Amino acid sequence: MAARDLGDEKIDVSAVRAEFPAFARRVNGRPLVYLDSASTTQKPLAVIDAMRRASEATANIHRGVHALSVEATDAFEAVRAKVAHKIGARDPAEIVFVRGTTEAINLVAQTYGRARLRPGDRVLVTELEHHSNLVPWQMLCREKGAVLDVLPIDDRGDVLLERLDALLARTPAIVAISHVSNSLGTVLPVAAIAGRAKAAGAVVLVDGAQAVAHLKVDVEAIGCDFYALSGHKLYGPTGVGVLWGRRALLEQMPPWQGGGDMVVSVRFDESTYREVPHKFEAGTPDIVGAIGLGAAIDWLEAKGPDRIFAHERDLLDYATRTLESIPHLRIIGTAREKAAVVSFAVGDLHPHDVGTALDLEGVAVRAGHHCAQPVMDHFGLPATLRASLGVYSDRSDIDALASGLERAVSLLSGRTR
Amino acid sequence: MTRDAASLYRELIVEHGQRPRNVGPLPEATHEAKTENPLCGDSVIIQLLVNSDCIVAARFQARGCMISRASASVLSELIVDRKAAEALAMADVLAVLVDASVPAPTDAGPLEPLRGVRDFPARKACATLPWEALRRALAGAPVDPAGPRRSL
Repeated sequence: MAARDLGDEKIDVSAVRAEFPAFARRVNGRPLVYLDSASTTQKPLAVIDAMRRASEATANIHRGVHALSVEATDAFEAVRAKVAHKIGARDPAEIVFVRGTTEAINLVAQTYGRARLRPGDRVLVTELEHHSNLVPWQMLCREKGAVLDVLPIDDRGDVLLERLDALLARTPAIVAISHVSNSLGTVLPVAAIAGRAKAAGAVVLVDGAQAVAHLKVDVEAIGCDFYALSGHKLYGPTGVGVLWGRRALLEQMPPWQGGGDMVVSVRFDESTYREVPHKFEAGTPDIVGAIGLGAAIDWLEAKGPDRIFAHERDLLDYATRTLESIPHLRIIGTAREKAAVVSFAVGDLHPHDVGTALDLEGVAVRAGHHCAQPVMDHFGLPATLRASLGVYSDRSDIDALASGLERAVSLLSGRTR
Repeated sequence: MTRDAASLYRELIVEHGQRPRNVGPLPEATHEAKTENPLCGDSVIIQLLVNSDCIVAARFQARGCMISRASASVLSELIVDRKAAEALAMADVLAVLVDASVPAPTDAGPLEPLRGVRDFPARKACATLPWEALRRALAGAPVDPAGPRRSL
């Protein structure tokens, strides 16, 4: 579906919110102020309805000759093409359906990584990585006797690009980087890093979980070899995600999970595997989830991604200025370019105490390490509070957060009786 | 069940969290333990001076959220001049008090400040952390106060 020419028309957030059943919820007697989209996004009715319809009369994909199976297969494969188009991939055969970003990264580590790494080889990640783009590489390095190198960040949360060449001089086999940091909101210069990494002979994987909903993704422009994303961060359902991989690489990689659908012929002495991407899609996938992901992509295209991105940039700016004006509040993560996330600390109050107090006001933020303990360690903190934005977020959410914070601080300082 | 901020962070928790009792090291300790919750960064060190099965002195060092610090502070006041068995019985009462899946005691006596934790199952581990340290300290072999200090 082609996007309408929306021109300079700004997004109508209250109309958008009306499409999300979640905002009819009250929490602790208050309207829901949902500022935790970086954990998971709410789903619009269009996605919920598409999944309900797909659940009403089901069939398995790829295997049947009857009408329902053909319908299911067509619908499923249409989503594959839709995702390819959304991220600028040339060929839908480069789109592998998985459970989510975490599974996508584990797939690459366990197939490409396992086949490629030798003892003493190196894998390079950044200090910003979510545990899902860190632990699989740690596990792989331990298994293969390889070494994990880390590109550090500065105190603003920007990666230290000047250290990159020295780390690439160690000729890492794999470079794995986030597109957007879920803990600090930093937008990494992925095209620049990928270009230099490839020139140094590395294969480059980008963790796009936090990026796809908030900025334009074009895997060919980035120049990476793998890109991972999750449906549930993109207003789609949990349980479905995508690994994009360059066709030539996917073809060379050994299969991952074995089973039905990824084989051509099976005998007890030998089986032959299917072509990509089916080689990596053993068993019945989350068909309803994929339909939901497709509906989410359609929904976003109809709203106009550029308008959404502009709205979120404006709102992030408003949120930053509003929070900065709160006494004793310190923003953690002030990179040159940020998307959709503000992490912060309030005096020496523990984020869990503030988070609980905010919850009582109906304000949902995340308090914790955000699956990025190395980032917390960098700033010497056990945890931060994190407010994160989505298409449905607006200034009233930020205002509610600010007044909730002021009440929380009063309460926790013993000033409220 | 009303989940009101004041009911959890009532004056006593803020009081204990802001002005905790019995903070600091106890060089003459005979029993000690450390517990941590890496998920949230809370950690508690409890040090006890136990004489003839009686807890003569207790000190703690807690890093982390107000609930864990307040719970440690309440604990440190309650167990002094009690037998180890009494202290452990209080730990059992506290475990029930903060667990919303079981009926609450009608009167938790001196543990009342922590009753509000029931309404916040996500914070239960914060309240029980210091009491876990207490159990471990009492279960462990006595430390020789004159001997080399094990760094906690």
